[in-house]
Amino acid sequence: MSCCAPGVEAFADVADHTVAREELLMASRDLGDGLRQTDLSVPTIHCGGCIQKIERTLDALPDVAQARVNLTAKRVAIRWRGDTPPSFIEALNGIGYEAHLYDPGSETDGALSKELVRALAVAGFAASNIMLLSVSIWSGATPETRDLFHWISALIALPALAYSGRIFFRSAWSALRHGQTNMDVPISLGVLLAFGLSLYETANGGAHAYFDASVSLLFFLLIGRALDHLMRERARTAVKGLARLAARGALVLQDDGTRTYLPVNEIAPGMMILLAAGERVPVDGRVVHGRSDIDRSLVSGESLPQTAAEGSTLQAGTLNLTGPLTIVATAAAQDSFLAEMMRMMEAAEGGRSLYRRVADRAARLYAPVVHLAALMTCIGWLIVSGDLHRALTVAIAVLIITCPCALGLAVPMVQAVAARRLFEKGIMVKDGSALERLAEIDTVIFDKTGTLTVGTPQLVGKDIAPEVLALAGALAAHSRHPYSRALAAAAARLPSPFVVFDEISEQPGAGLEARAGDTIYRLGRADWALAADAATNDKEHEASVVLSRNGTLAAIFDFDSRLRADTRAAVQALRTAGLGVEIVSGDRDAPVRDLAAMLGVPYLARVSPGGKAAHAAALASAGHRALMVGDGLNDAPALAAAHASMAPASAADVGRNAADLVFLRESLLAVPQAIRIARNAAHLVRQNLWLAVVYNAIAVPIAIFGYVTPLVAAIAMSLSSILVMANALRLKSEGPVARLGGQPSRLATVSPRNMTPGPFQADMHR
Amino acid sequence: MMNFFFLIPIALALGAIGLGAFLWSLKDGQYEDLDGAAERILFDDDSPRRS
Repeated sequence: MSCCAPGVEAFADVADHTVAREELLMASRDLGDGLRQTDLSVPTIHCGGCIQKIERTLDALPDVAQARVNLTAKRVAIRWRGDTPPSFIEALNGIGYEAHLYDPGSETDGALSKELVRALAVAGFAASNIMLLSVSIWSGATPETRDLFHWISALIALPALAYSGRIFFRSAWSALRHGQTNMDVPISLGVLLAFGLSLYETANGGAHAYFDASVSLLFFLLIGRALDHLMRERARTAVKGLARLAARGALVLQDDGTRTYLPVNEIAPGMMILLAAGERVPVDGRVVHGRSDIDRSLVSGESLPQTAAEGSTLQAGTLNLTGPLTIVATAAAQDSFLAEMMRMMEAAEGGRSLYRRVADRAARLYAPVVHLAALMTCIGWLIVSGDLHRALTVAIAVLIITCPCALGLAVPMVQAVAARRLFEKGIMVKDGSALERLAEIDTVIFDKTGTLTVGTPQLVGKDIAPEVLALAGALAAHSRHPYSRALAAAAARLPSPFVVFDEISEQPGAGLEARAGDTIYRLGRADWALAADAATNDKEHEASVVLSRNGTLAAIFDFDSRLRADTRAAVQALRTAGLGVEIVSGDRDAPVRDLAAMLGVPYLARVSPGGKAAHAAALASAGHRALMVGDGLNDAPALAAAHASMAPASAADVGRNAADLVFLRESLLAVPQAIRIARNAAHLVRQNLWLAVVYNAIAVPIAIFGYVTPLVAAIAMSLSSILVMANALRLKSEGPVARLGGQPSRLATVSPRNMTPGPFQADMHR
Repeated sequence: MMNFFFLIPIALALGAIGLGAFLWSLKDGQYEDLDGAAERILFDDDSPRRS
């Protein structure tokens, strides 16, 4: 029963994901007939038992017409009737599943992969049937039978090419229109010329037709393309299924006293917003009423929560931790901090869009060489034999045999296998170009808060009596402040205290107060919990909480942000591989310095979001290729500016979308693993490209001298394709990170960086 | 020659039926949740659930 009963710890997190009913209603789709559909992402679904449990629970709710679990995508589609959504998230939480709204976003990707699979099926059908006819021709059919079979082949090939070839023709045409070539240009040209020549030959009763070659070429190439696309789409879906961290809307207090839930982009400056504890600030605003603690870690990288009171300004995206607040919006969504980050990201992306994919670079070299060779062959044969038909036939045979089957498969096959290996390790790759860029990096820039450390703090120091800790834990269980959470977690295994609290209240921005009989316990900031005369601690306990009994000190609890799992091992592995490692954080100097000293890497603290992007750009202009690993909103411009980027699953939505790779597991070893797989993949891609070159070196002379028959072409192309596919499957995912391909001199320039360990760029953006 | 007249259309038709069946099942959403389908076959309640 272990599999479907998540533990208590898992359940503690569930409380975070409260979704307002209005938000659910806004996100549901109208199916007509009074039926609405809501899609939820439920990341912990993982077996048949889960499916039954969830569907039974949801079906039992009133107003739910039907609930259907998708185990592959870890989603539930719920169809319901009525005006207010049934409480399905609470129902799912009740049986131990964390659930959050799923944003389908644009569904164009799904449509493209379906089109690819359909094209693949049609090409497969046509290729197998034409091959069947071709085999009988090769085994020596009489001329009449041969002609008949050629005509039947043409009849099958024409619709198949028109349907399945569209994908290549479209891309080739758009490249040509912009005066460029890509891999699809020689593919389309080869396929179309082979078909045209075969049709001409068939009409004139010729002996050789290449219908089989042109259709099976499409079939092989579509296999590579479909696999590549499906793998990436799976990764994208997994990323999309993560909980959305930005607010979708907010409860607005109208002038007439009514409360309405408005989507974020309809909130105008001057509107009053009611913000409950646990909600994220929707737009930049100022507090007009209430006190609370604000977690800014996702926005600015600061690890300590800050107190907010009347008059404090809040940035969009920060999390309200403890008390309800009334805030007045000071900027519309499109002018808020988030929108500013988006603009900086767009500005920073210029460098990356200039990157040309390996396959396109190869095509740029390959296409002119092959087309020139075909032209020379044609001219040569015309001079030697004077027979235009003969010359054209041989020239087209050259194009067919060199048609980049192996070349077209070389890159996507390796990348599909690499994406699969990464997926198994919980690392999602957005696209193939990300893998190519990741393989080239020589420096890794880490953000601190949320990346090297995990957002949740943990209790440090062990000299606390168990009964005191148990008491503090019991008190702390009533608050959602991160320190309280950490205390409650630390005390979870201790027996419950004998004290029974009569009354507990939370003072936002200060702490918790509890009364048990005559005794008053206070858990919170030292200057509040201790009586005025007792507040003698000269030590600055910035990150500490005090438990007091009637104003006298009972215990001091110190907290530290917890390192992400395997942080040391990951940094060590990166440095062993010869990569430069550095920390660039928006947090205060002291915590960043301590962490950097512990890991032994240079650092920058109090860096503004623009400063991070500028740092990544400066590295690029110094000839380095940097991988940015970060999670916050403030990292988003740097994620876009760096040569490649990675974000943890807990990252802000914008960061997750800007990053090339997203890792879902906690371990930071995902970074060296991803680099290793990307480098191994780059190595195999190079090998595959060389295999294709060797193949052409053998095949082209045969074709130029006119020895290519349809049988030879079919054998040569199938062999080279299978060779390239088999080579791609050799991709390893274990072992140390490979060094950059044979360029130790370039690595040597990486490590000594004129980056003195110390603060600079103190232009903190506030 | 007369054999071809029957056999080739039959061969092509059989292939086309297979292709049609695949395209239909793709459109019907039968490949949307491959992992889930593998689990659902083991469920005891036989009431059909249509999506």
